[in-house]
Parts: sequence; structure tokens; C-alpha cells
Amino acid sequence: MLNIETAQEQTVPAKKRTSGNLGRIAKYTLVRGLTLIITVVIGVYLAILIANGGGYVDKMREGQVREQLSLELAGNEAMSHLTLQERRAVEEDMVKIRIEQLGLDRPFMIRSFEYLWNGLTLNLGSAEYLLSDSGSRQVRNILGERLAPTLLLMATGQLFLFFISVFFALFLSRRYGSVMDKIVVALAPTSAAPSWFYGIFLILIFAALLGWLPFGGMVAAPPPENAFLRILSTLKHMILPVGSIVISSIFLTSYYWRTFFLIYSSEDYVEMAKAKGLSGRAIERRYVLRPTLPTIITSFALTLIGLWTGAIVLETVFAWPGIGRLTQSAINMFDTPVIVGTVVIYAYLLAITVFLLDIIYALVDPRVKLGGGGTRS
Amino acid sequence: MKGIANFFRQLKTYPSAIAGLTIIFLMVALAIYALVTIPYNEAVRLWRGDENVWIETPRNARPAWFNYFYKEKQPVTINLKTTEDPSMKNVVELGGGVSTTDIVFEFDYQYDGFPTEMSLFFTAAFKNARPNVEMKWITPDGREIPMASMTLKSQETYRISQDSALVRRLRGVQPEKGLFADPNNPNKVLKGTYKLVTEGLIFEEGSTFDGTLVVYGKLHGLAGTDHRRRDITVALLWGTPVALAFGLLAAVGSSLVTMMLAAAAVWFGGWVDNVIRRINEIVMILPLLPILIMVGLFYSRSIWAILGVVILLGIFGSGILSYRSMFLQVKESGYIEAARAYGASSSRIIFRYMIPKVIPVLIPGFVTQVPSYVFLEATLAVLGLGDPLLPTWGKLLNDAYTNGALFTGHYYWVLQPAILLTLTGLGFAMLGFALDRIFNPRLRGL
Repeated sequence: MLNIETAQEQTVPAKKRTSGNLGRIAKYTLVRGLTLIITVVIGVYLAILIANGGGYVDKMREGQVREQLSLELAGNEAMSHLTLQERRAVEEDMVKIRIEQLGLDRPFMIRSFEYLWNGLTLNLGSAEYLLSDSGSRQVRNILGERLAPTLLLMATGQLFLFFISVFFALFLSRRYGSVMDKIVVALAPTSAAPSWFYGIFLILIFAALLGWLPFGGMVAAPPPENAFLRILSTLKHMILPVGSIVISSIFLTSYYWRTFFLIYSSEDYVEMAKAKGLSGRAIERRYVLRPTLPTIITSFALTLIGLWTGAIVLETVFAWPGIGRLTQSAINMFDTPVIVGTVVIYAYLLAITVFLLDIIYALVDPRVKLGGGGTRS
Repeated sequence: MKGIANFFRQLKTYPSAIAGLTIIFLMVALAIYALVTIPYNEAVRLWRGDENVWIETPRNARPAWFNYFYKEKQPVTINLKTTEDPSMKNVVELGGGVSTTDIVFEFDYQYDGFPTEMSLFFTAAFKNARPNVEMKWITPDGREIPMASMTLKSQETYRISQDSALVRRLRGVQPEKGLFADPNNPNKVLKGTYKLVTEGLIFEEGSTFDGTLVVYGKLHGLAGTDHRRRDITVALLWGTPVALAFGLLAAVGSSLVTMMLAAAAVWFGGWVDNVIRRINEIVMILPLLPILIMVGLFYSRSIWAILGVVILLGIFGSGILSYRSMFLQVKESGYIEAARAYGASSSRIIFRYMIPKVIPVLIPGFVTQVPSYVFLEATLAVLGLGDPLLPTWGKLLNDAYTNGALFTGHYYWVLQPAILLTLTGLGFAMLGFALDRIFNPRLRGL
């Protein structure tokens, strides 16, 4: 998807801006968007195939039909004079008829596409065991309730990581070879561990030993009445998880990015700018950071894919009431519809993250505007 | 040969490579030790821990080396068996088949902490008449505290800590505390020699009984125990070969296939190249962990099944692109041209000429990948999808976490597997980084 090697050369004459720029960006974005939609569709289809390997989706659909029918029959006056057994028999017959009506007896290949559509629209019926906090059993409601906390945590973590890394990397490239620089290079391998792993250590230090910050959760229990205090409490609960996200990746990203900065700052045009007597800051911003941005965004996209993977356990470790925690409880309770739902949600979230970065990439990479974007793999 | 010697000379200039190699070497040694001392079936049996496997170890005990760091010494488990030391048993024939068997369990208690639990296990052999035993406790200062008397079945357990009559006799104090307390200062241990005297009466010729006294301590073994009394050392030891095997196999498997695919893509070009790149583009953004979760949940939690899926999904990724660009250069070299000229087949060119050329570059890449796979196994285990049979580091973390080890202060339970995971990860990552610099001279200055 994103390539690192072509980002090296080419400085583009700034004058050559035509009205076609926007069109090219739009076209590029559209192509990327389509690819990502295809990815999501394939991901969800894969999930359906895997889940139905054990016949679980079929069972899920049958359960839905049964539930709906028993609700309908419960209020049916005509049924009231029948004995329990007769009623059961009628119900069984009706389930069979309904299954035929819905086409659930068709071959799996045909049904799978219906499931695919249901999956993509998150029309997954009701959960087997889990409830949403508001008491709904609809998978869509359960997922919807958990989405906001996940977005809050991950977006905050990712933004912090990006900006801290950029500034840290710039700082290091200025002090190339210093003790600090050497420490970061030495610490880069620590990023092999996922964020939840650092979370355990942070909880141990700051919650268990020092008692400064809460062990987990999103607000204090009971939540404060005052809205402002509630926000403060949430912020306090976010420090450790966001901290683990940042710590888990910061050394590797700043090591890589500092290397990119160093490569770019040895270019001739930077020497030229220095010769012109531009200030250090201006050179950094206009001649080093600007051409490095596409490369940085490319490498950040890879980091984010890893972060989303770690998010499930991170939320579990911090008892953060998001999709990841939901995934974990669904695993423990073997709640198939919810698990399929979380896979769909993660496919969407990952695709959207990459898509947003692609748009930013299109905006900052001059090659996209000038139609050279086709060289990207 | 010369190349290899040269390589090692270069490697020596990187301290991180030396440190990484040392750690990996130690881990491999530990893994071999684990495999030799605890065979597979034994490890599975121990960790399943059914029936009476862990009956004589304390619950949630800290590692025994904690005593070196604290002034107040905590007890380790005291275990006295008449089967091992028959001199504790004293048999006196009374005639007519009737005899007395007295067992004196005598031990020196020099710890500052109280034990956590006390139990007495009996095994008795008899035909019809069951032996009768009566027990009493003798403290170092000579006080005698009567305990229960019971008629033995062939297997009998006297849980001293749960003897409510004894609790009443000790004025409401738990026996494991009351029996050891200094009468002048009930919160302190009276150090000295304690005796548990069991006076048994046997009514049959040839009938005997044996006893085992277990005074459960607060510390146990090298690594402590968990909530089910299992010795954590077993899991720490066995986690090593599992983690190494999983990480190495996943990394080698996926990077080899990745390389072959990249070589094929470059060599055949055209639609093959296109298809592989499109698939790569898609698989790269697939949510890997949720898919693994579904496989683990619906098919098999076996670590080897998961390994297969991990390799399958790990084939694609950013690696394929960098190999592709390398192979593009290799494809243009003269010797490939020569091979083509003499009519070598595609597979010969790919496997004999293209891949060997790139293998040196593959090595750092795959070494740096190992830790991420090691942590992936732990991640799955923490989600409750660990291998159902084998003890692994991830499963330890999961157990610790679900039992609130951080809340209750059982830090050793979390820290030990975490430190081993960190060490393994660091070892491979440090070696990989150094190798990367040796094989990619462009990076060396940076």
C-alpha cells in the first residue's frame, strides 16, 4: 500500500499548480477509498466464513428466527387453547417455514452473501448473553455504546504519539550523536512489546505501588455528579492507557523518523538554504519536515495498524469500557454475534484510520497532486 | 568460511548484538533444560493439576528467595512424611492383633510469620476394623493442646485449619495462628520446636497407617505458586520453549514464504505481480487479532493451529514490498541473464539464483520479527485463548490478571512471566537491530 523507497528524490517546482490538483487528489482518494472498502468487504466475508466453519452463523440466524417467532406467538389468541406440546409442534413447523421463506436452506455460498451484507450493515440481530448498559440485546446497540470510549482512547493515544514522536525526532536529529540520541537508539527495540504489556508495568508502578492513578475503568465509581468533574475523572483514567500507547511505540517511531530527518537534512537544497542564511527553525520546517512528511505518514500508518491490534488487550488490561473489552467478554461468554460484530467494527476502524492517513498523504505529497501518484504500489 | 569469520568479527563490534545473543543463548539453554527435566506429558499433567498433584503446596505463595531481602523471615512449607522417615513412627504390640502406633511430627519453627494453612493426610491399610487416631499439639514451652480424634478411612484428610472445635479451644483464633502464637504476645510467633503427636490404635493384624503433616508456608520454590497451588516454576520453564518455538517458527515460516512470493512476483511480473500486490494491500489492513480470535474460538486453541494461521496471515505485510524492490534489482543482474541464456527454468532461477542472493537481508528482518510473534502468543493468552494444555507465559499473565494479582499485591505472579517476555523480546530485537546495521551498510552511520 505505502511505499518508502520512492519518497527519496524529486523536489517539485512550486509554481506548477493547476486546477487539476484537486481533481487528482479526489481521484486518488476515491481509488484508495474503493480499495479500502474492498478490504473491509473481504475482511468481513472472511470473518463470516471462519465463523460459519463451525456452523455458528447459521445457528445465530436460526436463533433470531426462533426468538422473533416465539414473540409473535406469545401474543397469539388462537394458540391459547392448544397444549404446550401442540404449541411446540406448531412453532417448530413455523420455524421451518420461516427458514425456507428467508432462504436459509439455500446453499451456503448464496447465504454467505446475505450474511456478508448483514455483517457490513452490522445487522447482526441480538446477542446471546451480553447486554448493553442501557439493557438492549441488539448487537448494534451494544457495539454502538462501546465505540465512543474506544475512539476517545485510541484517537488521543495516536495523536499524542504522532506529535510527541515528530517533535522528539526533530529534537534528536538536531542533537545527532548525543547521549540522548544514543539512548533512544538503544531503546528502539523495546517497541517490540505491545502497549498492554507496558500497561501492566504502569499499573504496577502508578496504581499499585504509588497509588497516584486508578487501576482502570473510565470514570471513578460512583461517577461525580458535576459534568466538569466527570471529565476530569475520565482524563485521570486516561493517563495510564494513553501513556502505555505512547511508550510502546515512541522509541521506535522517533528512531525511524529521526533517521528520515537526517537523510533529508543532508540533501543539497538544505545546504543551499543554510547558505542563504535561513534560520534553523525555518530550514527544519520548510526543507526537512515538509519533504519527510509523506514518508513519516507512511511509517505511521504501519504503527497504527499494530496499535489497533494491541488495543483489544489494552482495554482489557485497563478495564476500559470499549470495543476491546467487549471482545474479551464476548470471548469468555462465547457470544458469537458480538464477536462477529467486533471483527466487523475493527475492520471498519482500521480501514478508516488508513483512509484518513491516505487523505493526509494525498494532501502533503506533491507527487499525488502532479499525477505521479500512480507509481505508488 | 572467511565470510562467516568476517561476519562474526563485525558482530563483535556491536555490544547490543553480543547482549542479544547472550540472552538468546540463555533462553535456548533454559528451554532445553525445561524440555529435558519436564517432559511434555508431565508438563500438561502438572498444569492441568487435577486430583492431588498440588495438594502439598501453599496457595498464592511468593518465591522462596524473598526471605533473603526481608528481615522478618516468612515460613516455607514444612512437609513431614512417615513414609519417607519411618523413625517418626513407633509401633507397640499389645497382643491379640491390637497395637498402638504413635507418630511424632517434630519440627523446628524459626520463622517470624505464621503459616497459611495446616493439614494432616492419612493413608490407612485395614480389612474391617478402622484404626483410630487422636492428635495433640505440643508447643516449645510445653503446653499441650488437644486436637481432633478420628477413625481413619483408607484416605483421610484432617484439615487442621478448618477444625472448628479447635478454633473454639483457641478462643476464636485460627489454628494456624493460635497454635504458633506466643501466649504473652498473640501476634508474634513463638519460635522453637513444635510437636504434633498422633496416637493411633490399630485393631487388626497387619493393619497400618501413615501420615503426612503439611504446614503450608507463605513462600514456595523458585517462583512461588498460583491460586490453584500450582508451582509457577513449571509454567515459567515450559513457557520458554513454547515462546521460542512459536516466535521462531512464525518468523521463519512467514518470512520464507513472503520471500518466495516476492521473488515469484518479480520474476513472472505482469498479472502475477499485480495479483500478489493487490492481495498484499488487502491483507495488510485486515484486523489480524480479531481473525485470530475467531479461529481460536471456533476451531482450535491449540498453539500449533494458531501458529499456522499466524504464518498464513503474516506472509503479507510491508516485508513483501521491500523484498520486491530488492528482487527487482537482482533480476537485472548479469548472472540472471546468463542463467536465462543457458535455458534455466523459472523455478531454478527463483530458488537457486534469486532467493540465495537475498537471504542475508532476510536474516535481520526475521530476527526482529520474532519478538512480535512471541508477544502475539501472549496477547492471545491474555484474552483467554491460550493453548488449552500447555503452560505458557501468556497464560500465567492471564491467570494473574483474572485473579487480580495487581490488586492483591501478588506482584511476583505478574512480574516473572513479564520479565521473561521482555528478556526474550529484547534479546531478539537487539540482535536484529545490530544485524540490520551489518547487512544494510546505509544505516551504519545513523
